[in-house]
Amino acid sequence: MKKLGVYIHIPFCIKKCHYCDFQSFSNLEHIISEYVDALCMEIKSSKEKFKRYKIKSIFIGGGTPSILTIKDIDKILSVLYSTFEMDSFLEFSIESNPGTLTKEKVKYYTKSGINRLSIGLQAWQDQLLKKLGRIHDKDTFVKNFHLAREYGFNNINIDLMFSLPNQTFSHWEETLSNIVDLNPEHISSYSLKIEENTIFEKEYKSGRLNLPNEEEDRKMYEYTQGFLEKNGYHRYEISNFSKSNYECEHNKIYWKNEEYIGFGLGAHSYINRIRFSNTNDIKEYIYNIKQDKSSNIIEEKNSLKDEIAETMFLGLRMMAGIDLKYFEERYKKSPFEIYEKQILKLQSQGLLKVDDKNIQLTNKGIDLSNQVFVEFLLD
Amino acid sequence: MISNRQKRIRNFSIIAHIDHGKSTLADRLIEKTGLLTKREMKEQILDSMDLERERGITIKLQTTRLVYKDKTGEEYILNLIDTPGHVDFTYEVSRSLAACEGAVLVVDAAQGVEAQTLANVYLALDQNLEIVPVINKIDLPSARPEEIKHEIEEIIGIDASEAPLVSAKSGLNMEDVLEAIVKHVPAPTGDEDGTLKALIFDSYYDSYKGIIAYLSIKQGSVKRGDKILMMATGKKFEVTEVGIFVPGQVPVDELKAGDVGYLTASIKNVVDVRVGDTVTSADHPVDEPLPGYQKAVPMVYCGIYPAEGEKYGDVRDALEKLQVNDAALEFEAETSNALGFGFRCGFLGLLHMEIIQERLEREFDLDLIATSPSVIYRITKTNDEVVMIQNPTNLPPTEEISFMEEPIVAAKIMLPNEYVGNVMELCQDRRGNMKNMEYLDEKRVTLHYELPLNEVIYDFFDALKSKTKGYASLNYELNGYSRSKLVKMEILLNKDIIDAFSMIVHESKAESRGRIICEKLKEVIPRHMFAIPIQAAIGNKVIARENISALRKDVLAKCYGGDISRKKKLLQKQKEGKKRMRQLGSVEVPQEAFMAILKYDEDK
Repeated sequence: MKKLGVYIHIPFCIKKCHYCDFQSFSNLEHIISEYVDALCMEIKSSKEKFKRYKIKSIFIGGGTPSILTIKDIDKILSVLYSTFEMDSFLEFSIESNPGTLTKEKVKYYTKSGINRLSIGLQAWQDQLLKKLGRIHDKDTFVKNFHLAREYGFNNINIDLMFSLPNQTFSHWEETLSNIVDLNPEHISSYSLKIEENTIFEKEYKSGRLNLPNEEEDRKMYEYTQGFLEKNGYHRYEISNFSKSNYECEHNKIYWKNEEYIGFGLGAHSYINRIRFSNTNDIKEYIYNIKQDKSSNIIEEKNSLKDEIAETMFLGLRMMAGIDLKYFEERYKKSPFEIYEKQILKLQSQGLLKVDDKNIQLTNKGIDLSNQVFVEFLLD
Repeated sequence: MISNRQKRIRNFSIIAHIDHGKSTLADRLIEKTGLLTKREMKEQILDSMDLERERGITIKLQTTRLVYKDKTGEEYILNLIDTPGHVDFTYEVSRSLAACEGAVLVVDAAQGVEAQTLANVYLALDQNLEIVPVINKIDLPSARPEEIKHEIEEIIGIDASEAPLVSAKSGLNMEDVLEAIVKHVPAPTGDEDGTLKALIFDSYYDSYKGIIAYLSIKQGSVKRGDKILMMATGKKFEVTEVGIFVPGQVPVDELKAGDVGYLTASIKNVVDVRVGDTVTSADHPVDEPLPGYQKAVPMVYCGIYPAEGEKYGDVRDALEKLQVNDAALEFEAETSNALGFGFRCGFLGLLHMEIIQERLEREFDLDLIATSPSVIYRITKTNDEVVMIQNPTNLPPTEEISFMEEPIVAAKIMLPNEYVGNVMELCQDRRGNMKNMEYLDEKRVTLHYELPLNEVIYDFFDALKSKTKGYASLNYELNGYSRSKLVKMEILLNKDIIDAFSMIVHESKAESRGRIICEKLKEVIPRHMFAIPIQAAIGNKVIARENISALRKDVLAKCYGGDISRKKKLLQKQKEGKKRMRQLGSVEVPQEAFMAILKYDEDK
């Protein structure tokens, strides 16, 4: 049976964070339950289509999935379990904002099969959290982290960001050291990017955003690797660190360019080499589902060549890189036959390293990964 | 002597400051005379090229014939001859005006008389044209027609009491303009039975008919089958067609003295049909050509290279096609270490250069790189050999140069006296040498300067306009060469000399120029994986330096929710950007870098 990842999108937040350009709303609480009903209908209607698949991971992301009441999340879980056949090693993640977690919710999650909790903390310092527009403080996070442990989560991720407005290097040191003390299984660490149509973009353009300079950004970045590795975390992707055997299987589906189905507003899917997504218009989404219509928009139909290009640039995000044997089995060709010139050039620039098992980014290649990836795109 | 036929012809141009409504007025006149229906009219049909419409200026002349029945019922033929409107094309303007007996002067009812208005009026008066003032945009709330009439009388010194008050936009009082033309513009004269004498005021290439020459017949007549002589070039042809513009070409049997029209004669090469030349009978030529002919001489040169090397042949084809219509454009093949195969091209001025570049890019869909513009320098070598150099790369080694000379222009700047201080300062800064200052009246001044051409070609006209709020006008002509302390400045990227960026500058300007260029290059060249020093140098001496630090981070943000398409699009965009870069030595340089070098502003 083919394996499949499932992504569920919950596009609601108590309040939009100042850096966030994801699909989420902070003033539509009144339609949450209507949305959940539509979502459940969408999942249910795909039963026939995916009857030959086994689900190896589910990821409920957002927005803020933990904003959902137990009743709403229970509806979604019930329909998931009745629609799909689950792999026995199912990884089932849910994202949460510490400001919306409760004892009851955490208890419900573990009891009903969710086995991985991702907590968005971002920073340890309350003044930085406030600047980011987060709704929680550090203490709430710590309290909820312990709750999660208490009620049985033994796979917890903490999302962190660096290069934040007003952040100093010692802030970042403090963040990392406190997180390591809590000993989560997984840590994501992203450098803040100013995205379009965010509050930060506005402030940045008007010169009101006090961002660390490149020197400081790189210092935090370099410190992160060393410090986390020293404390038992290995970096398995550009921005992700975990204890051994706790890599996020769901994200690895994306990076390995394997198949996944997304449900909910603006959710993306990749099935049979076709990339498609749902509409970004929430009213249209709900309306269409009620009319038993699909809201899918086809984004790309990949040729074999397209897929190979994607497999290269997605796969190289992982530290393990491209597994030559796996690649050859999948495409009946070695990457060198297709990209000889590019690989040689990137090797000579010190961006790629090649041995008899893998093609991997060097440390310099990680820092300049886009420069590597563009070489694998087709004309 | 004037025939009854001639009595019912009026040949006129419209002159105006930019934006005062010249093209709109022309459109309305054409509409009013009923040769075209409203539906047929493209907005502003006289400015037929897209480029012209965008820039709001007329580059290539268009001419049309209107048929107008006046209030008494008498029918008149009005030939409207359009004129280009920029300092680079003063000669072309003067030839078009020479084809007319009168000029409609359009003045904006709110703005009044402006600098360019005056410059054009003086050109028209030079040709002894009757000026018919028209006050336009009288429907604007800020219109002040009575004051403007006074202004015209005071500043220009012509009677404006009867000037029609119109709105070309709404079509108000167009009749009055037509009446005024009939009443005030003199009818053409010239013996219809004499020997042919006709002025060529424009030409263009038609792929079926060959060169089409625009003519104003000053004496005699011309018809199909006539043998003609171009007096300046000595070339002879047999006429295959004569006709008029309505505004499309309509063949007629004959053109006679007083008429404006065209002829074709299977002429293949535009250089045989020179604007300003006189057409006469090949069998019985007149003794004297019409006055005022000048050969178009390029003053500014630059290298034009295809952005992608393999397009070299396409660029050649395109230049050849443009040259057919543009006798002032010169080009020859050259090579650059940095840019490969390309062409050295000569232009009348910087605007002409920009227009040609834009036409190449738009009409022929080419991606081009242009090198810094240069004038022609005269180099006397230590062995007394004299060489003319218009590509800095070809400058002999310093030790072989005895001295260098640069072209000088005699510039005439007309302006209101309150800006004299500003303009003198500007000219001083551009190494100008004041020759004379004349007061035209108590408010208006003409400054006569000698200026090095290489100071004029860059942005002198723009600077002049900004220092005088647009009120100054500029005319210049070449006036010999003068010894000067010139140096070749080279630009190095990551220690490699980039020949395409080399330029010859005056010693006193080298450092500031070099500094500005280094700064601009730093702005437009993206960071690379290695640090890039940018240097400006004279010989081995570095006079300015900037540094682009190495790229340390180029990473996409979170691969969120499986939205791979978005990531891919971002990467694709990055790749597209890379493709548009030009590899110069070890450095990838975007095309804007070449533009950045071209435009410099010293206030920065």
